[in-house]
Amino acid sequence: MQSSDPKNNQGDSRRDFLKKSSLITAIALTPSVALKAAESQADERFAELFEKIPLNLTVNNKAYQTSVEPRVTLLDYLREELHLTGTKKGCDHGQCGACTVHVDGERVNSCLSLAVMNEGKKVTTIEGLANGDELHPMQAAFIKHDGFQCGYCTPGQIMSAVACVNEGHTTSRSEISEYMSGNICRCGAYPNIVDAIIEVSKGETKA
Amino acid sequence: MENRMLKDENDRVDGVFKVTGKAKYFAEYELPGLTYGVLVTSTITKGKITTLDTKAAEKAPGVISVLSHLNKPSAPGYEQDGGSPMKIFYTDKIFYNGQPIAMVVANTFERATYAASLVKATYAKEEFNTNFDKAVADSKSKKLQGQPDYKRGVENAYKTAEVKIEEKYHLPIETHNPMELHGIIADWRPNNQLTVYAKTQGVKATQGTIANVFKIPVENIQVNSEFVGGGFGMALRTWPVEIATVMASKHIGKPVKLVITRMQMFTMVGNRPAAIQTIGLGANKDGKLTGITHRAFGETSVYENFTEGVVNMAKFMYQCDNVNTQYTVVPVDLGVPIWMRGPGEATGAFALESAIDEMAHALDMDPLEFRIKNDPERDQQRSLPFSDKNIKEAYRVGAQKIGWNERKNKPGSLIDGQLKTGYGVSIGVFNANRGRASVKGILKADGSLVLQSATSDIGPGTGTGMTLIASKLMKIPADKITFELGDSSLPPAPSQGGSATLSTVGSAVNDVCVALKSTIAELAANSNMDATANFVDVLKKNNLPSIEIMKQSQAGKEREAYSMYSFSIHFVKVKVHSLTGVVKVDKIVSVGDSGTIVSPKTARSQMVGGAVGGVGMALTEESIIDHRYGRYINNNFADYHVPVNADIPEIEVHFINKPDPYINPMGAKGMGEIALIGFSAAVANAVFNATGKRIRSLPITPDKILADS
Repeated sequence: MQSSDPKNNQGDSRRDFLKKSSLITAIALTPSVALKAAESQADERFAELFEKIPLNLTVNNKAYQTSVEPRVTLLDYLREELHLTGTKKGCDHGQCGACTVHVDGERVNSCLSLAVMNEGKKVTTIEGLANGDELHPMQAAFIKHDGFQCGYCTPGQIMSAVACVNEGHTTSRSEISEYMSGNICRCGAYPNIVDAIIEVSKGETKA
Repeated sequence: MENRMLKDENDRVDGVFKVTGKAKYFAEYELPGLTYGVLVTSTITKGKITTLDTKAAEKAPGVISVLSHLNKPSAPGYEQDGGSPMKIFYTDKIFYNGQPIAMVVANTFERATYAASLVKATYAKEEFNTNFDKAVADSKSKKLQGQPDYKRGVENAYKTAEVKIEEKYHLPIETHNPMELHGIIADWRPNNQLTVYAKTQGVKATQGTIANVFKIPVENIQVNSEFVGGGFGMALRTWPVEIATVMASKHIGKPVKLVITRMQMFTMVGNRPAAIQTIGLGANKDGKLTGITHRAFGETSVYENFTEGVVNMAKFMYQCDNVNTQYTVVPVDLGVPIWMRGPGEATGAFALESAIDEMAHALDMDPLEFRIKNDPERDQQRSLPFSDKNIKEAYRVGAQKIGWNERKNKPGSLIDGQLKTGYGVSIGVFNANRGRASVKGILKADGSLVLQSATSDIGPGTGTGMTLIASKLMKIPADKITFELGDSSLPPAPSQGGSATLSTVGSAVNDVCVALKSTIAELAANSNMDATANFVDVLKKNNLPSIEIMKQSQAGKEREAYSMYSFSIHFVKVKVHSLTGVVKVDKIVSVGDSGTIVSPKTARSQMVGGAVGGVGMALTEESIIDHRYGRYINNNFADYHVPVNADIPEIEVHFINKPDPYINPMGAKGMGEIALIGFSAAVANAVFNATGKRIRSLPITPDKILADS
């Protein structure tokens, strides 16, 4: 078999359907600039128009008006589209917590949320936690108590930790441990993470 | 790395990067025209691919190419004969279930993922075996590979001892599962220039492996790996899927990113191999060991051999004139294993340290007293003195901190309602390695120092340790020192493994600093300045913006005169629920005897992390295979249980913190492995002390504790 040709990627059944049913409508609705740009791979470009749907959301206080395929997770949208790579992919199954972000103030696993489900919502990622060069108290406490080693789970741990304090689940070491057990740290920094959270909760710091 | 915002010189130099999301791991580099690779994997365990239909995938939206053995993307090293038969995309043979058989490259991750689902393979299946127990049972007549047998004194002397035990210990497959998924970004440019962003424990090793497969000069290959999201050994080699990604980039002329899935982390990037071990111990009635026999079978693959130091510890850790060991590996139809933290020594220590506890029980002795009684004065295996060993002091410190005097020697004595309390102890030991490394130091007139070496950091705090070594020697504040690593263009250093980085690279940092100081002293003398003049003034007076020195450092003849090891003592207190059989680790005290502690904060964290890994090894971790299909059935974080926060109690760490006089200029020895080695046995011993139940098969799950036998 010959090697696959990079240009030979047209003509699957979905493409054919789009061509037949929507091409004329699409051309009618598409500005002439877009048509010119689409000359080389016309059906590919048109397909994108239909596959992507509009999305408005606010990330770290910045408004984004974009369009996105409905199958894109919030995690992949943040990392691959917005290049906010502080949010990590550890399992893609909601089992490890590395992708934890805040959506409207609540912690969520961004790998279990499609980007389009967050229309109109406010997302905060690890990049939005510090105030310029001034670290959020939880970030400073993680450094002080060495609440990480490799650092990969750390953004998720910190986002969870901030939420854990805001939720009030900090009455004891064991309660903190329980409410932080959705965030796996394979380097094993758990006791240090709990120490950091205790310090922040005692300082009554709110994010 | 930016460390100016740190409040304490012992804080991690890369801490600010890691807590703000600015630390960039391999998959996070933006490259123009980046494409995404997604793997198609075999659904059978052994046989041949008969057909592979890639047409639908090739026509799917956004797909640029589908790579497989059908189009054999160029890799000159794979076209030659010899080497491992696992030549990705150059073979139609299937060696294990989940083996990569094709890669779809598309312009988005989602498109590549969808298109990969359209690739259809048919196979000619062959009989296979993934059951290690069965493989060992069937291996009797076969010629097996492994390591040379060892014998000192009388073979199997335990059999004729006054008191003897002989027991068998089982370890399942464990999977490293660092939080960061494995993968690589490869960017092959015209004229055979290649840049990769890798998840590797050795940038120079990755560079060398790629050069060898693609037959291009190492100078053409730039490997970047500044931040690595954990490794635990699995990133100590360049895996076939990384080679596949380089092939893909070369084939399509664009950068390709591969990030494998968590499920794929179980099959194609190694594991801690399963092991079956038999220990025979003999002692006289006074509690002196008279014979140690340690025999082990380790799991390996059919296409590559993997061996490790499972029986090392038995040869020297206890004073005993009669010792014999045997280690062989038995292949199964699974992916090849690789060292996992503590590697073979952790496997061996579970068996040996459990057996030592069993012997103490047979003698009706306190296991701590029994260990102290058999503590070796010299290394009997090498017939050398130890360079530095403070085990007895470590036993004392740990025993006091765990509350060993509360322990009853009779199992099942401490019962509070439905909870039974037990205490366990074990020792961990690992060779105090020191390799060869080069470091360049650039001392600047602005008062700063830049140190460079092509070492890696998978999390232990390499940059922090190196900075502290230099800070102490040069009397420069830590925040004025930058240590650059994870870049193959820097002066060469070995891979980060075998607990050797601090000793190896740290020695070169030491040597560079000593050379910089003497150069400054010479310059000061030549320009009529005081010998104690500050280097900034000396450089300014000499109109030098900076001076630059590179040093290579390696061990000398001291290693022929002394036996060098790092040691750890683990104390564990457990509570076992008598109705549910659940084991809760209640308290952990780990004592490290590994020379000078250079970086106290990160060293403590490393010991804590080893204990957490040890809790997983002891109580929950097991990669389970359905042997009918040869597939893992718990290949995700919901079913493969690594410890979570609620599983871990407070952990006390103590260090002896005395310099080893011979190992290196710092007197510091590695501790990444000893943090874990032996730990699982301390838990098993504590469970026995609590319940009277000896569990010789990890993990110690409730069903085993509740079982009748």
